[in-house]
Amino acid sequence: MQSTVFTPWEDPDAKPLIRFQNVTKRFGTFTAIDDLSLDIYEREFFALLGPSGCGKTTMMRMLGGFETPTEGRIELAGKDIVGVPPNKRAVNMMFQSYALFPHLSVWDNIAFGLRRDKRPKAEIEARVAEMLKLTRLEKFAGRKPHQISGGQRQRVALARSLAKAPKLLLLDEPLGALDAKLRQDTQFELMDIQEKTGTTFVIVTHDQEEAMTVASRVAVMDEGKLIQVATPDRIYESPANVYVADFIGDVNIIEGRATPGEDDTYAIDWAEGEVPLQATSATRFDKGQTCYLAIRPEKVTISTDRPEGAVNAVQGKVLDIAYLGNLSTYHVELPSGMVIKAQTANTRRISRRSFTWEDPVWLSWTVTGGVLLAG
Amino acid sequence: MNRLSWFNTVSLTLGFAFLYIPMVILVIFSFNASKLVTVWAGFSTKWYGELLGNEAFLDAAWVTLKVAVLSSSIATVLGTMAAYVLVRGGRFLGRTLFSGMIYAPLVMPEVITGLSLLLLFIGIGLDRGVLTIVLAHTTFSMCYVSVVVSSRLVTFDKSLEEAALDLGCSPAQAFRLVTLPIIAPAVISGWLLAFTLSLDDLVIASFTAGPSSTTLPIKIFSAVRLGVSPEINALSTVMISIVTVGVIAASLVSKRSMVRQQKDEQEAARAQ
Ligand SMILES: Nc1ncnc2c1ncn2[C@@H]1O[C@H](COP(=O)(O)OP(=O)(O)OP(=O)(O)O)[C@@H](O)[C@H]1O
Ligand SMILES: [Mg+2]
Repeated sequence: MQSTVFTPWEDPDAKPLIRFQNVTKRFGTFTAIDDLSLDIYEREFFALLGPSGCGKTTMMRMLGGFETPTEGRIELAGKDIVGVPPNKRAVNMMFQSYALFPHLSVWDNIAFGLRRDKRPKAEIEARVAEMLKLTRLEKFAGRKPHQISGGQRQRVALARSLAKAPKLLLLDEPLGALDAKLRQDTQFELMDIQEKTGTTFVIVTHDQEEAMTVASRVAVMDEGKLIQVATPDRIYESPANVYVADFIGDVNIIEGRATPGEDDTYAIDWAEGEVPLQATSATRFDKGQTCYLAIRPEKVTISTDRPEGAVNAVQGKVLDIAYLGNLSTYHVELPSGMVIKAQTANTRRISRRSFTWEDPVWLSWTVTGGVLLAG
Repeated sequence: MNRLSWFNTVSLTLGFAFLYIPMVILVIFSFNASKLVTVWAGFSTKWYGELLGNEAFLDAAWVTLKVAVLSSSIATVLGTMAAYVLVRGGRFLGRTLFSGMIYAPLVMPEVITGLSLLLLFIGIGLDRGVLTIVLAHTTFSMCYVSVVVSSRLVTFDKSLEEAALDLGCSPAQAFRLVTLPIIAPAVISGWLLAFTLSLDDLVIASFTAGPSSTTLPIKIFSAVRLGVSPEINALSTVMISIVTVGVIAASLVSKRSMVRQQKDEQEAARAQ
């Protein structure tokens, strides 16, 4: 996707566009954002991910100017913006509730921000037409918000926030109400817009796949704190802890005790009377330290016989099969009662599937297939 | 259509008779040719003609209208502002006290409100006249406006205002371009309420009116004390007609807008 490598966060001289410095936000005694520091760079597509109520919208509202941090400092392009009112910020926000003006038509909603800038009429008309085309709303330009469907409303909200081509665009769950196809199209559209305009995007989403698709970096939050901030592939391949591994995608977590071996390899005792599992890790574990082996289902191979030379192999029986069209996920129960998920691509027709319920099977994965985590 | 049972028919007739017989009698006798109110002497519209020539009544009507328009307009502005601050202003010192106090005039006996205003005007040396009635009516109708408007504002989605700010509006622009158009129906009904309250107020007006500025209710009341004349009946009939036309017009307008909204929603449902 990105032809030139875009990694300003690794450049110590790069100036961040947004800088949260030890920001805390309390509502009464409730701490919504807890001593959070974060840099977001120009032209980034930054995704905030986290469970409901973890403070994503609160972060956005502080950037938009609707909440002031209780403590700490927020900088936009090097300037402290705490206390700058929303209308004086080069920031636009798409609200989670859309916040469309009910008394104005779709056209007037989109033109609203442009009119406040006192731009020439022809320019406004051209810009609104462009936005309507982008969001495929041409047919609905004359309707009022209550005369269109939920997905159409969401697109109006998106068009309205994009219209002013702001330096920073905040999108709070922009695509939640769209169907899968339109959602994907809009995701690529957003990335396209971002590439063309160089706008910095901060996007909140519940959908981790969406975050993976669009984002240059992903921040995983929990209870007002950042748990990990990294590129999508790093978040997925080397999560910082069990929470992140579990939050992003499907994962099997096996708890055990580590015994250091050679070359960063560890033997993990995970069940009475079972052969220890092998995994490599760059972080050090002491002998006997509790550790968690996180393995993605697609890294687990399922077979009838024990694969020859497999480092990690366990036996179990098929408990359940989830057919997802292109993929199948097998839930395999081990003798200990633990359930491990294995995913395979359905390259053959379903009638030719090799395993069925209750079949005894072997699960195996390589020494680098899993990630060893401390907690 | 179901036919009404005899019991329902009787209750309906009695109820309406109770409500409307006095007014019907008044209207009928306004067309009486005789000067005696209680004796019917044939149909005539001469009292209406006489009414048109009665300077005192016309003056009073003009004063009443001026006072009603002015006071309801001022009350609407002030009441809307008060409602906005009380609902939107966040927490400020004494907010609960203020919101409680704004409703006090609703329950205060009019005689007391009138008396206290009279004392105030005398105290600050303001000559009684149209101005003092306007001020007095503004004072007591403002709280009605603020009640109506604030009940609309509490259900108003705050993020609409935030969106307006976000798109570059100053707070004042956001209010003018977004909040006000949306709460306009509540503001208009607040104005109408204040207008009618001012139209039929007798007590407060009699405390605050001067000799040169009598309102219609005061005029009618004092005229009746000298004896009911067919002219008064005619005047009252005119007022009844105005009020009736107003009420019917208002209900037609609101019904039309309801029908339109339903149509819009049906269209929206089809569009999905
Ligand atoms: N104005 C407020 N007063 C009190 N508590 C608030 C306020 N706004 C947010 N909170 C609380 O702060 C926490 C974070 O809220 P926030 O809206 O940021 O969550 P979120 O991550 O956006 O959740 P969701 O994914 O459901 O939108 C929540 O527990 C919420 O109840
Ligand atoms: Mg939210």
